Amino acid sequence: MNGQGQEDPRAAAVWVGRQAEVLEALGKVLPSSALLHRREETVAYECDALTAYRQAPLLVAIPESEAQVAEVLRVCHTLRVPVVARGAGTSLSGGALPHSHGVTLSLARLNRILHVDPVSQTATVECGVRNLAISEAAAPYGLFYAPDPSSQIACTIGGNVAENSGGVHCLKYGLTLHNVLCLKAYTVEGEAVEFGSQALDAPGLDLLPLVVGSEGMLAVVTQVTVRLTPTPQLARCIMASFGDIESAGAAVANIIAEGIVPAGLELMDRPMTAAVEDFVHAGYDLQAAAILLCESDGTAEEVREEIDRMRRVLERSGATRLEVSSDEAQRLRFWSGRKNAFPASGRISPDYMCMDSTIPRKRLAEMLRAIERMERKYGLRCVNVFHAGDGNLHPLILYDANKAEELHRCELFGAEILETSVHLGGTVTGEHGVGVEKLNSMCVQFSPEEREQMFAIKRAFDPAELLNPGKAIPTLHRCAEYGKMHVHRGLMPFAELPRF
Amino acid sequence: MTPHTDRAADPALQRLVDQVHTAQAEGSALLLRGGGTKDFYGGALTGKPLEVGELRGICSYEPTEMVITARAGTPLRELEAALSTCGQHLAFEPPRFGAMGAQATVGGMVAAGLAGPSRAAVGGVRDFVLGACVLNGHGQLLRFGGQVVKNVAGYDASRAFAGSMGVLGVICEVSLKVPPIPAASSTVELPCEQAEALRLIHAWRRAALPLNASAWHRERLRVRLSGAVAAVRSAVQKLTEESGVRALDDDEAQRYWDGLRDHGEAFFSDRSERANPVPLWRVSVPSNHPPLDLAGETLIEWGGAQRWLFSNAPAEKIREVAKRAGGHASVFRAHPRAADFLAPLPAPLECIHRALKQAFDPAGIFNRGRLYPWL
Repeated sequence: MNGQGQEDPRAAAVWVGRQAEVLEALGKVLPSSALLHRREETVAYECDALTAYRQAPLLVAIPESEAQVAEVLRVCHTLRVPVVARGAGTSLSGGALPHSHGVTLSLARLNRILHVDPVSQTATVECGVRNLAISEAAAPYGLFYAPDPSSQIACTIGGNVAENSGGVHCLKYGLTLHNVLCLKAYTVEGEAVEFGSQALDAPGLDLLPLVVGSEGMLAVVTQVTVRLTPTPQLARCIMASFGDIESAGAAVANIIAEGIVPAGLELMDRPMTAAVEDFVHAGYDLQAAAILLCESDGTAEEVREEIDRMRRVLERSGATRLEVSSDEAQRLRFWSGRKNAFPASGRISPDYMCMDSTIPRKRLAEMLRAIERMERKYGLRCVNVFHAGDGNLHPLILYDANKAEELHRCELFGAEILETSVHLGGTVTGEHGVGVEKLNSMCVQFSPEEREQMFAIKRAFDPAELLNPGKAIPTLHRCAEYGKMHVHRGLMPFAELPRF
Repeated sequence: MTPHTDRAADPALQRLVDQVHTAQAEGSALLLRGGGTKDFYGGALTGKPLEVGELRGICSYEPTEMVITARAGTPLRELEAALSTCGQHLAFEPPRFGAMGAQATVGGMVAAGLAGPSRAAVGGVRDFVLGACVLNGHGQLLRFGGQVVKNVAGYDASRAFAGSMGVLGVICEVSLKVPPIPAASSTVELPCEQAEALRLIHAWRRAALPLNASAWHRERLRVRLSGAVAAVRSAVQKLTEESGVRALDDDEAQRYWDGLRDHGEAFFSDRSERANPVPLWRVSVPSNHPPLDLAGETLIEWGGAQRWLFSNAPAEKIREVAKRAGGHASVFRAHPRAADFLAPLPAPLECIHRALKQAFDPAGIFNRGRLYPWL
């Protein structure tokens, strides 16, 4: 996507005219303080956390209430203006990338916590409430909101719903979908609609799984009722070292085979461990080929029993070193490296590209060996963190953006990781979403009929195709163009698009 | 993810595809059938039978991934037997109706979307679906989701098939998350009134006791505690000391919860054989709602979120009470079959339903009227 066609004076004039038309129409339903159109005001909205992709919107609307959200949608529907909803803009896949002729609809001001009910263990909040703020509001009742993406200090629950976000604890506690009861939303026409219910089910088709994870393309969610979970009495973490990747991978499989569902199960490879140890000085074992962090939470008895079982499995699986956190401070220290994987990587390389895919847990060793081969093939380092509990992999490919051809090789490396993930029985995105980043990979993961069915689902909710158009599902045309450039089953390099 | 081209090699699958193509060309109705064990449930049965039962077999089972993939016609009992050899299970306890050798199938389980006593604690059918291969009204085989839990590529269409009653398409194959069977389970009981039962269940949940199931009927509350051995033991001890509960022996407990799950329990079975049976309603409300203002024999499950009711009261009254409570009511079993077993939808939702039906099954061949008369 380019800018709004400044090079073509006629196109620019059309754009300016359109902006004025939409601004005037929205000015009747929103105060002027809620409408941004000057470039210096909208520039902050030109991208999300996928900063390489930038696009100025027609304008930015920041309603203060649900009623205003409905009005904005009605106006945009009448004028056939695309609408891109935006929470905190922390998307790593370009989900909130503006449309060149569309309105970016910021939901940031819908940030009230409406009701916390400790008896039913639910909370109803507006979509702009930050993920962590829900847990903070629930804390006085001994409850918390379980899905904890690493951006939780900033990301909004509305954004979590759009991406079906996970987090370190999602193997045990589920994804956003498993923790949401009810959504209040507005259709593309600005009509109020409710998906799910305050009860455990609703009559008719179950639309929650379609809307959750729909990346802003089916409806604009304004209110979310979430399930709260009793805050575990305590948590303890085992840090285990392994002499080779294969035994670490086997340990992960053995834990699950034992019937243990840990609260957290994370893996760091040796290069990542070296990077984070240098950063946080937590005493990580630099000799280990892989480090596993296995967490147990619950009551004191549950944790004692589970830590014991996990220890035995890890020992049986060949752990060369085992440490169990003795107190909360130590537990947090064990996690500090894992949680600082990204900044630690930033210290050892001018740039990195973070990949996100999922593979069956048991294929981890194969995938990491394949990545080692790709490091040699592309001449770039890659450090890895892995949500071993659910197979979600985050390779960080290190490169120097100043060297143009390193960037190109990084792109190819990333694309090969995604392709290998699909080949090993996984998916091209575990939690970051498709957005614009993985549109081409969707051509590989889904057949033309499947993609067409997904478009048909989209049109069932949004016949005018105005909600976040161009995201997530590639068109047949795009895939055909993409397919022509393939020689073999390799993925197309994004040579013309810069990455961070 | 298996390649897209391998399906044609399966003759049973090809037969289904051919039947769908024919029906689509003729615009004729098809009635999707697994074991037929839920024929009594839902809207009218219309159309020429499309027998999915022939499409059976476990395709893959990976205990270390907690995933099983099975063809839709696989009997539920066969699936559950395979799981139990590895200490895993369908945590949501789907019902196994069916006398006279009729067997519930995996596809029917997903399509009906019914879950048993543990549902409030662990989740519903949809929460355990990871992916599915479905046949749409164009006769196209589509694969959505996958075999991994964390998968946000595209719309979650596979999970939307749970509870869809066959109106969107034919479920051909499904991948399910299959967690471990809890290490320990104990059931305790206590005589009390309904309001007190609800209060106790919520208090015990707040205390983070490993509550897995609950049932209140005729002034008696029973709860099942499941989880780590030590946690269950200390929970039973705490409840015995604080509330004077009595523990059931394991066999009696197993029989009771299976009875609730499969509707063999007296509350359900005593009334189903009569000449003019009273309709059985399933009222789904927020769990902390006080006792409903509805007369009739009632059994409360899911911590208050699922309330069974035998009642001859007019549907409008029961629906109104359920709606005011923040939920809905559906006719679970009635003879003759209820014309509209589900509560009506608000206009925007009805519009989406019609559009989704159009998106998957434009010729309207699948299970006409099975969910709503107009769908």
